[in-house]
Amino acid sequence: MPTEKTVERVREKAEIIDGEGLRRAVTRIAHEIIERNDGAKNLVLVGIRTRGYPLAERLAQKIKEFEGIEPPVGALDITLYRDDLQMIDHQPVVKGTDVPTSINEKIVVLVDDVLYTGRTVRAALDELIDLGRPKAIQLAVIVDRGHREIPIRADFVGKNVPTSKKEVIKVHVTEVDGRDGVSIGEILS
Amino acid sequence: MIGTRKDLLGLEDLEASEIVSILDTARTFREVLDRPIPKVPSLRGLTAANLFFEASTRTRLSFELAEKRLSADTVNFQTSGSSVSKGETLKDTARNIEAMGIHLVVIRHQASGAPHYLARNLDAGVINAGDGTHEHPTQGLLDIFTIRERRGKIQGLKVAILGDIMHSRVARSNIWGLTKLGASVTIAGPPTMMPFEVERFGVKVAKSVDEALEGADVVNILRIQLERQRSTLYSTLREYARVYGVTSERLKRAKPDVTVMHPGPMNRGVEIAQDVADGKNSVILEQVTNGVAVRMAVLYLLAGHKAAGEAASETPATETKKAHGEPSLHPRR
Repeated sequence: MPTEKTVERVREKAEIIDGEGLRRAVTRIAHEIIERNDGAKNLVLVGIRTRGYPLAERLAQKIKEFEGIEPPVGALDITLYRDDLQMIDHQPVVKGTDVPTSINEKIVVLVDDVLYTGRTVRAALDELIDLGRPKAIQLAVIVDRGHREIPIRADFVGKNVPTSKKEVIKVHVTEVDGRDGVSIGEILS
Repeated sequence: MIGTRKDLLGLEDLEASEIVSILDTARTFREVLDRPIPKVPSLRGLTAANLFFEASTRTRLSFELAEKRLSADTVNFQTSGSSVSKGETLKDTARNIEAMGIHLVVIRHQASGAPHYLARNLDAGVINAGDGTHEHPTQGLLDIFTIRERRGKIQGLKVAILGDIMHSRVARSNIWGLTKLGASVTIAGPPTMMPFEVERFGVKVAKSVDEALEGADVVNILRIQLERQRSTLYSTLREYARVYGVTSERLKRAKPDVTVMHPGPMNRGVEIAQDVADGKNSVILEQVTNGVAVRMAVLYLLAGHKAAGEAASETPATETKKAHGEPSLHPRR
């Protein structure tokens, strides 16, 4: 059965961040989030499914280690807010949004693995605003690979990776992929 | 997706996996309905037409709400005051509506098979909102969804469906869906209201309401359709209530935590006693809330196919386009 993406053949070229590097990036971002917001009191971390969610949980654990407060973590499924639903073959499977706490007057840190065109983040912002009225929304990503199509930027970035549009950046997290790391690949056409 | 279907005409034609996929999607929409802003933009730019050739309050409102909460535009059509009263045929009415650029058609009609006829003749996706005494698939789905949310599963449950099975499209859709998902269904009601060859449905037929209720996990009480009834099928409402009405006394035969359902509108004191309707095991209002979520799921899944059809028409014919034109679902006859 066809899925939302046409199957592309990808050749993996290199690992650009290994498991240890990914853990260090998460640690640094956790520190930056605390520094920017003078602590962890008013924070809610919201991960974009699929890989943003386990990353948000890891950030929450780190923040708890450093500050003694574990911010609540939610998961966002942006499927229903996509701007390309009319263009794809079949409706993608919706896995559901689960934000277990009110985000009103909270500082929401949106977490995703890769920042690329910015369209996913646009959809996530729309959905968050339907869930409540946060005091502020910040964006944390593991990799910023450029090629923005709408004016969105990240507040916290693990690594900036200049790429061409023919390349693919894949963040692997143990919870989903069985290992940690970031790799770069090439689309074979 | 519901397979590669463009229409939802009945549960008889669906695979168990398709039913499960609708139920899973409905769960997401149930969460959407609890949000401060219970609305998502998924169907922005699509238009749904609700064609109701037969009276309905709950189902029509529920569909309209589902469409609006998905950000579709909606137009409504009722027989009274329309050109049906001027003698227009069903096909012409529908074609005219489609010429206005409608993507999804929700239809209720007194004739069994009317939605199938439309589905064959229109490019738009067609959803059966009740056709004659045939099927009412979204009611079946919302009943099954409610049972699954309450009891955590369908497989192996003992479900009693009571009342006028013969005239009930709700019963038919429930029976198809529940048996496909592995429930054991027992029906009971006046012998005059049992369909011919009822065994074909794969259900047990109990001799009395008491027998059907014995050890039941779920009881779904059908409405006596006062408007559809011929007076010869039972003598009086009082007698019906005495012999077939579900009272708290009768309900003691079922499991203590039995889930009590009714598709509405209820005839209180006839097929269902007051204290049963409002009792702690009753999920009748939950069914109504779940109905919106289930209809959102169906609209969302079918809209994906519609979009695929449109995309395909711009480029040379594709697989999806071919599937699109086929009259997908007919009842086996």
